[in-house]
Amino acid sequence: MNVDRITEKLNILADAAKYDVSCASSGSKRQNKDKGLGNASNGICHTYTEDGRCVSLLKILFTNVCIYDCAYCVSRKNNDIKRASFTVQEVVDLTINFYRRNYIEGLFLSSGIFKNADYTMERLVQVAKKLRLEHNFNGYIHLKSIPGASDELMREAGMYADRLSINLEMPTEEGLKLLAPEKNRQDMITPMNFLKNEIILRTEEKKLFKKAPMFAPAGQSTQVIIGATPETDQQILQMSDQFYKGFKLKRVYYSGYVPVLSDSRLPALNTAVPMVRENRLYQADWLMRFYHFKVNEIVNQDNPLLDLDIDPKLSWALRNLQSFPIDINKADLQMILRVPGIGVQSAQKIVAARAFGKLNWEQLKKLGIAVNRAKYFITCNSPQYERRDLTGTAIKQYILAGSQSKYIKNSTIQLNLF
Amino acid sequence: MTTLIYDGTFEGLLTAVFEIYEHRLTHVRMQKGEWHNTALFENVIKVVTENSRATRVLKGLKQKLSAQGLQRLYAAHMAEMEGEDDNLVGYIRYVFDAQQNIEEDYGNKYVMRVSEIVRMVRREKHRMEAFVRFQELKDKTFYSAIEPDFNVLPLLIKHFRNRYADQKWIIYDMRRSYGLYYDLHETQYISLDFATVNPGNVISAYDDHEAVYQDLWRNYFTSVNIPARKNTKLHLRHVPKRYWKHLTEKI
Repeated sequence: MNVDRITEKLNILADAAKYDVSCASSGSKRQNKDKGLGNASNGICHTYTEDGRCVSLLKILFTNVCIYDCAYCVSRKNNDIKRASFTVQEVVDLTINFYRRNYIEGLFLSSGIFKNADYTMERLVQVAKKLRLEHNFNGYIHLKSIPGASDELMREAGMYADRLSINLEMPTEEGLKLLAPEKNRQDMITPMNFLKNEIILRTEEKKLFKKAPMFAPAGQSTQVIIGATPETDQQILQMSDQFYKGFKLKRVYYSGYVPVLSDSRLPALNTAVPMVRENRLYQADWLMRFYHFKVNEIVNQDNPLLDLDIDPKLSWALRNLQSFPIDINKADLQMILRVPGIGVQSAQKIVAARAFGKLNWEQLKKLGIAVNRAKYFITCNSPQYERRDLTGTAIKQYILAGSQSKYIKNSTIQLNLF
Repeated sequence: MTTLIYDGTFEGLLTAVFEIYEHRLTHVRMQKGEWHNTALFENVIKVVTENSRATRVLKGLKQKLSAQGLQRLYAAHMAEMEGEDDNLVGYIRYVFDAQQNIEEDYGNKYVMRVSEIVRMVRREKHRMEAFVRFQELKDKTFYSAIEPDFNVLPLLIKHFRNRYADQKWIIYDMRRSYGLYYDLHETQYISLDFATVNPGNVISAYDDHEAVYQDLWRNYFTSVNIPARKNTKLHLRHVPKRYWKHLTEKI
């Protein structure tokens, strides 16, 4: 093994893959088979980068050579950077050896498009196939489906991978046209649709025959870059909703645009990464998937943008004060889930615990709810509750004054020390 | 107030519960360890662990708790958290004194506390599943040292055996001086005598490729970072400093 060469390749191809934010390793049911290596039934973040993102998978590109020239991408054809390509065996060896040391949950393999879609996809499938068949590797494998690759290859990929994903890149077709004129949204939707149908088919098959092979057991996901094009949060979230429903996606990832290239179509190089907006989008996404919110309750014609100061659930509650306060000891679970400061687990615990006796503030606090926010929206087994008829704006101000945003820079805190 | 001194085992704890009911004690305090015959304590009972008594209490618990609930109680005790035995005994007494299954009565302080303990233990277990870093030795055994906040090694057996079925491995708890060893067939508890290990031999005990993969991993860790998104506070929350000395990428 040429250590220096491998190290250089790894540095280049990990660096190029890092803007893909998907890192989930959960949702698969793959078990260890015949005393082989690994299983993929957990979902573990093995470490975190200094920017606070989870490192769960060995996330690399097979190559950063690419025939496309997408404006937002570091690996674009006309960008003057070092290029490198792995061999199939190199990726297999790295994956196995990292996995054996408990560094990773598995492999996330993406690639620049070299020669054509099928040629690229074939390499990715070869890696997965080799890992599964030659090394009896049962860890997690996430493969990118390359737009335009043949159905045959897609089907083979699904046999070996746990998750497949195609990045939509931009939230809307117009955005894509602007920044990646050579790409076409339909080329991304076609394989997504093919995989959706295939997954449904195989799941049915597996219900009938237990021995039937697994097919992409962790489903499909996608990613959109936000902040590179002028879409509103409403457009973005409506798109997500549509893909969750129409294509049964497991996840939509939102990647705040990191200015890496100078291009008149893009935000300037010194623009800050829209991290707060990204965070609010994820919160909204969670509301749709776990809190039974409809997309137009979160964003709509009157409120096309998410409030950056407060989370989207609090935003919704402030716009719907007529629904509050609710009695925590009587309200149904669906309504408790809508109270700012109460998460899914706390809500379930509240419903379980109140069967034994009415709950008061002290107990609610112990249960883990954020009383500083929830107190404006609930009553409980206590004579104390918010009696003033506060407006939404006033509540927002009280909450903001009483809490410190996690986005306030460290420097202000340091100043307070002196 | 009566102080019950017991040996720290789960059976011992259950025997203590037996004695509490036998002697109709109301206010009790649990204490782990040896009994020193001093006049300091007015009421001291030395609990002699007795399997038959422990089994009777266990049988009672099984009738009043779900299998999962009992497992949670067991895990909470095994974690050996300082000063929590009184809460565990309080929990067990509440289980017996109540008419129905009280596992989800989170308004009760004992149920809430056990729930918190279990959450902390689970988090530590999960952290260890993430933070174990194996190093390959010359004899192809993969070795890892850990220092978890609580005693979670027994909870890790299933996870690691299901995962690394085709390699020999050792996970060693430095703080509690015992470890797990899997020899491709079964796992057993072991203890290593580090006093007799010559530090010079330790480096040479590693496989030739070990240093290469450690370097590659550190390189990878650096390469995936996005400096424009630097967020030290978040990083530290996820990877607290006390774990760094056993993390290859943070050494």
